[in-house]
Amino acid sequence: MDTLETIKKRFSDRIINIKIHSDIRIYIEIDKKDLLDFAKFIFNDMDARFITATGVDNLDSMEVLYHFSIDREDVIVSLRVLLDREDPVIESLTPVVKGALNIEKEMYELLGIKFLNHPELKRFLLTEEYPEGVFPLRKDSQKGKK
Amino acid sequence: MKKVIVPIGPYHPLFEEPEYFALYCDGERVVDVEWIAGYNHRGIEKISESKHWDQITFLVERICGICSTSHPIAYCNAVEDLAKVEIPERAKYIRCIIGELERIHSHLLWVGLAGHFLGYNTVFMWAWKYREPILDIMEMITGNRNHYAMMKIGGVRRDIDDAYIPIIRKILEDLKPKLNMLTNAVLDDPVLAARLKGVGVLTDKDIKEFGALGPVARASGLDIDVRRDSPHAAYDLVEWKVITQNEGDVFARAVVRLLECFESMKIIEQCLDNLKGKKGEISIDVRNIPPGEGIGHYEAPRGECFHYVRSDGTGSPLRHKIRAPSFNNIPTFKASCIGETISDVTIILAGVDPCYCCTERAIVAYDVNTQKKILDGSDFIRLSQEKTRKIEKEIGVAPSRWEEKNWERDN
Amino acid sequence: MVLSLRKKALKKSLFVFHLSTGSCNNCDIEILDCLTPRFDIERFGITLAGSVKHADVLLVTGIGTLKNIERVKKLYQQMPKPGFVVAIGSCACTGGMFRDGYTMAGPLDKIIPVDVYIPGCPPKPEAMIAGIVKLLNSIK
Repeated sequence: MDTLETIKKRFSDRIINIKIHSDIRIYIEIDKKDLLDFAKFIFNDMDARFITATGVDNLDSMEVLYHFSIDREDVIVSLRVLLDREDPVIESLTPVVKGALNIEKEMYELLGIKFLNHPELKRFLLTEEYPEGVFPLRKDSQKGKK
Repeated sequence: MKKVIVPIGPYHPLFEEPEYFALYCDGERVVDVEWIAGYNHRGIEKISESKHWDQITFLVERICGICSTSHPIAYCNAVEDLAKVEIPERAKYIRCIIGELERIHSHLLWVGLAGHFLGYNTVFMWAWKYREPILDIMEMITGNRNHYAMMKIGGVRRDIDDAYIPIIRKILEDLKPKLNMLTNAVLDDPVLAARLKGVGVLTDKDIKEFGALGPVARASGLDIDVRRDSPHAAYDLVEWKVITQNEGDVFARAVVRLLECFESMKIIEQCLDNLKGKKGEISIDVRNIPPGEGIGHYEAPRGECFHYVRSDGTGSPLRHKIRAPSFNNIPTFKASCIGETISDVTIILAGVDPCYCCTERAIVAYDVNTQKKILDGSDFIRLSQEKTRKIEKEIGVAPSRWEEKNWERDN
Repeated sequence: MVLSLRKKALKKSLFVFHLSTGSCNNCDIEILDCLTPRFDIERFGITLAGSVKHADVLLVTGIGTLKNIERVKKLYQQMPKPGFVVAIGSCACTGGMFRDGYTMAGPLDKIIPVDVYIPGCPPKPEAMIAGIVKLLNSIK
C-alpha cells in the first residue's frame, strides 16, 4: 500500500474520495482542476505507466477515469473526475503524457467530452457524414444497442 | 521546400486490415506521420452494453482474430476482479496453455509477414508452415482453428483430456528444432541485419511517453510484462523469464518475438505436467455480478490488453472499456518513422506488429501540387524488396535461386 | 461472345484481391493461409493480386463500416469485368454479432452485388477453397 500512502502524503487535502476495491485496484476521486497536478506526480515522480482513460456517461454526470499502472508494485491507480454532463470540459492530459492524444480524441467524438489545450481535437474514428452532436457511447443514444 | 504526402492505405497490401497513414515526405525522408483510424471501428463497446455477461466473452473474442484469446482472458480477469472470484487451479493452467499457444502462432505470423515485406518469401512460407501445427493443436482441444471460445467467467469451458497431452507434446517437440532453425536463419543473416539494425529506433523515453507495450517496449530495454508483474492464471506457478533487448530497433523486436516463442513452449510444457493424470474443477459458477467496477489486464502477443467493466447488478455491463495494445503502439510511429527513408517505413510500420482490428489497404502516392499518381500499392513493398537486393549485392550474398526466380517473375 | 471467351480464360487462373471492410482479421489471415504450403492454392493457378485492377475476384471480409462503403464501391468499379465478388465469413454474409453496431453499413450484399457466400467464423481454408471451386464450376 506504499502507492496510496505516497499519494495521500502529497495531496492530503485535495482528495475527494478514495475507494479501495482490493490491494491492487485503487480509485481516487479528485476535482477536475487538480487533474494535471495528480497526473504529473503519478506519471513523472512515481514512474507510473499511463494505461488509458475511460469515459463513462452516468446520465447525471460525465465521468472520466485515468488509469495508471505502477508495475513494480502491481497496483492500478484510477483517477476519477466527475464533470457536468451538459458541458463536459476538462484540461487535456496530452502535454503531460503523449500517449493520451488518441484516447482523448476518441472520448471527444464518442462521448462529447471537450479537452482544453489538446493539439488536434478532431474526428478520428467516425465518418465525416456522421451527424454532429450525436455521441454513440452516451446512454441516451440508442443506436448500436439492441 | 516541396513536401509530398504519401498516403498508406486505407487499402494496402501491407496491412490485412484497412488503416490510413499519411506520410509527409521531403524527398526520400519522412518528416511527419499522421494516423487516421476508424475503418475498422465496429462499436464493440456499445454492443457489449446490450449483451449478457456470458455472451460478451464471445464478442470480445471477435475484436481481433490473432489475439482472440487475450481479450477474453482480460475480460474474464476484469469481471472476476469485480466479483472477487478466484478460479480453480486446473482452469489457471488451461488458460495459460491456450494463451501461450496463441502467442507462438501470433509471433510466427509476424515473422512471416516481416520476411515478406523485406523480400524474403522463403521466411514467409516457412513461418506460416510451422504455424499450422499450433493451429492443429488448437483445433484438437478447442474445436476451432481460431476463435477458441475457451474462456468463461469463473474458469474455462472445456477440459484438456489426458489423451491429448502426449499428442500436444509430440507436436511441440517436433516444432522446436524447426523453430530453432528459423531463429538462427533470421538472426545470422547478414542482409537482414543490414536491413533491420538501427532502423526505427525507439528509446526507453519514447516508450514511456507513448505508453508502448509488449515486445516493442521489451526490445527497448523496458522490463515490463503483465504476466510477471501482475500474476494471474498460472504464470506465477511456472518457471519462465521475460526476454528483453536494449537496442530498440526492428531487429531487436524480431529477436524478442522469436525468443519468446521458446519461453512460451517452456510454459506450456510445465502446465501440461501439472494437468496430466489429475482431476479437478475447471470452472466455478458465477451467477450474479454484483454492482461495482473491475479492471483486468493480460499480456497479449502485442502487449497489454486492458478491460474495464462497470456493473449495476443487472445482466449486462453499464460500461465496458477495451484498450488494445496496438492503440498505444501505433502512435510510436511519430517517433520511429521520422527521418527514415520511405523504403524503410514498410518494415517499421510492420515492426510493432500493428493490429487495427484491435484498435478499432492500396498505397497510392500523390504529388501534393499536381495530384499526380507517383507510386501505388505494391510499389512500396517493391521498394523495400529492392533495397534488400541492393544490400545483398553490396555484401556479396547471393539470393536463393527460388527467391531470384520469384523476383524475376514479379518484375 | 467476347465475354464468354473472357470467362473461359478466367477459369484457368484466378487473380484474387483481398479486401477487409471492418473484419476481425481472422478471415483475412485464413485467406493468406490458403497461399502458404499447407493449402497452397497456387497449385490451381490462384494467386493474390497487389492491385484490384489486376484482379478477377474480390474476396471481401468484414461487416462493411460506414467509413468503408465508399471505398468498397470504388474498388468494385475499378475491378475489370467479368469479375466476381465473394463474401467471406459470417460478418460479410449477414453482419453476424455486429449487425446492431452504430457504424454498421453492411452486410456486403447491401453495398455491392455478391456472387458467392462462404459463411463461418472464420471459415476454414478448406471451406474457402471449396467455395472458390464452386464459383469456378458455376462459370459458364
